[in-house]
Amino acid sequence: MSLPAPSSVIRGRTWVWPDDVNTDIIIPFRFKARTNDPVEMAKYAMYGFDPEFYKKVKPGDLFVAGRNFGGGSSREQAPVAIKYSGVAAVVAESFARIFYRNSFAIGLPALEVPGITKQVKLFDEISVSLQDWTVTTKDGKVYHALKVPDFLRGLMREGGLVEYYKKHKSFPWERLEATASTT
Amino acid sequence: MSQTILNDDSLTFAEKIISVKADGGGKVHHAGEIAVLPADMAMAQDSTGPLAIKVFREMGVQKVWDPKKIHLVIDHSFPAPDEKIANLHILIREFVKQQGVRLVEGSISHQHLLENHVVPGMVLFGADSHTCQAGAIGAFATGIGSSEMAALWASGKLWVRVPESLKINLIGQFKKGVYARDVITHFIGMVGEDGGNYKSLEWKGPAAKNLSIASRACISNNSMECGCKLSIFEVDPATQDYFKTANRKAMLEIHAGPKAKYKDEYDIDLGTLEPEVWGPGNESKVRSAGEFGDTHLDEVFIGSSTNGRYEDLMVASKILKGHKVKPGTRCIVTPASRNVFERAIKEGLAETFLESGAVFTNATCGACVGTHLGVLGENEVCLSTSPRNYVGRMGASTAKIYLASPATAAASAIEGKIASPGRYL
Repeated sequence: MSLPAPSSVIRGRTWVWPDDVNTDIIIPFRFKARTNDPVEMAKYAMYGFDPEFYKKVKPGDLFVAGRNFGGGSSREQAPVAIKYSGVAAVVAESFARIFYRNSFAIGLPALEVPGITKQVKLFDEISVSLQDWTVTTKDGKVYHALKVPDFLRGLMREGGLVEYYKKHKSFPWERLEATASTT
Repeated sequence: MSQTILNDDSLTFAEKIISVKADGGGKVHHAGEIAVLPADMAMAQDSTGPLAIKVFREMGVQKVWDPKKIHLVIDHSFPAPDEKIANLHILIREFVKQQGVRLVEGSISHQHLLENHVVPGMVLFGADSHTCQAGAIGAFATGIGSSEMAALWASGKLWVRVPESLKINLIGQFKKGVYARDVITHFIGMVGEDGGNYKSLEWKGPAAKNLSIASRACISNNSMECGCKLSIFEVDPATQDYFKTANRKAMLEIHAGPKAKYKDEYDIDLGTLEPEVWGPGNESKVRSAGEFGDTHLDEVFIGSSTNGRYEDLMVASKILKGHKVKPGTRCIVTPASRNVFERAIKEGLAETFLESGAVFTNATCGACVGTHLGVLGENEVCLSTSPRNYVGRMGASTAKIYLASPATAAASAIEGKIASPGRYL
């Protein structure tokens, strides 16, 4: 059931969302509370804006959103629904705290780029480099995303906590702790 | 070394507790740094637990790190309103049996932990955003998702970024009809839905000391609606009394240093607050209860982890006593825990609710999350004491949710429209 780890450069068309898109818009409680299957969750992705969204989204599409994307609930089903609907990465002006953590934990690329919504329109072709941690818009301009600790980017590149643990038999922050105690 | 950190004048609450507890203790961590924090307690509920269990099994981990520190709580949809949810509850019960972890059914997790388990100075991670409620008694308490919960079950630790802190000085005294909920609603109106994102809120000032533990829990809980990581009331005599009565001891009493650095400071004079109402989803503006005219209410909901404590039900029952809920409006009262439920029955509050024409339910998150016991239909309008007014939160996407205190909710139930509680007190 797990999807492949994200590739280092992702090109796709964009869906553009406003500020304060909360988790209940991304997937309402009454749907997410009734299933443990990510493919089923994906049918309710962005339901609060468009119950038919899952029919319209294409594999490899990208999200560009305003401030505070994913605010509210701790529900990991929100980034899971987005990821399994086919969306390859989310670029936002800012993310809500738990949504951001969850995105790395499940291997959904989440890049914070202040001002990005002014540079992108619906269905623009843009690219996201997970190698350089940048976003390149339709006109070729390159925007750097806010820095993220290496261990988190590594976690995301490997596809999230399940894949990481299966491979390393440890969690990325355990290595961090080993470093911390020797410095 | 720990004592030096605890006495350091320049550190916030968050910096102190993380410094003392992280990476074996003893290294000062400032805001912005990453640390690895061992948990004293981990909680997941019935809408995040099943996914955490699934992830835990996919990781291939056999045993949890410490069964006594792990709590599963069936509260969001209790008792199960349908077969799909019932099956996810079975998954939880099987996992509990297999791993020997703790299980509670039919009390809201945050209230259950506050009444029975969490103590000052503890590190609590919960797979529920409103876990930050336990900051009310001086605990490090914050929300995470299901995969991180599974990783925590496996290893007992998680990474944290040391948050910047905001200081809110509370002064003055409430006017009649104004309560803790009005403080936090007012604050969110001031700073916006992401005004506290990634931050630790420290509630200070003379008026903070006058607030009961239940009132502090309301504020810490609802602080999530501005995105916070922590929402802290430091231990003071009121906290010490609470734990003496409960026969539990603090792990650590942590006080922010007087020269600690805050990202921002705010002053709120409680005497200037009105019964505050936070309007629905996309028109989310905070105004006083008197400013809504004749907005008809189909439903009034009194309950949830934010405002379903005994203190809240007491205020609501005082207002409803001798009155009837307006025909055409339904009023649902849902306590936050079994303990509150039993007390409300023994002490006559439940009788008052029933006499007024309200429905009195078991403890659950049901109505707040739109699964059962108060779901809204197309275009219905609700005034609720629950934490969130999001589109579709309590049912239909076209329904509207106004948020207010239990007092405002009770007065509004009597009038069938948004009303100030003052005249009923």
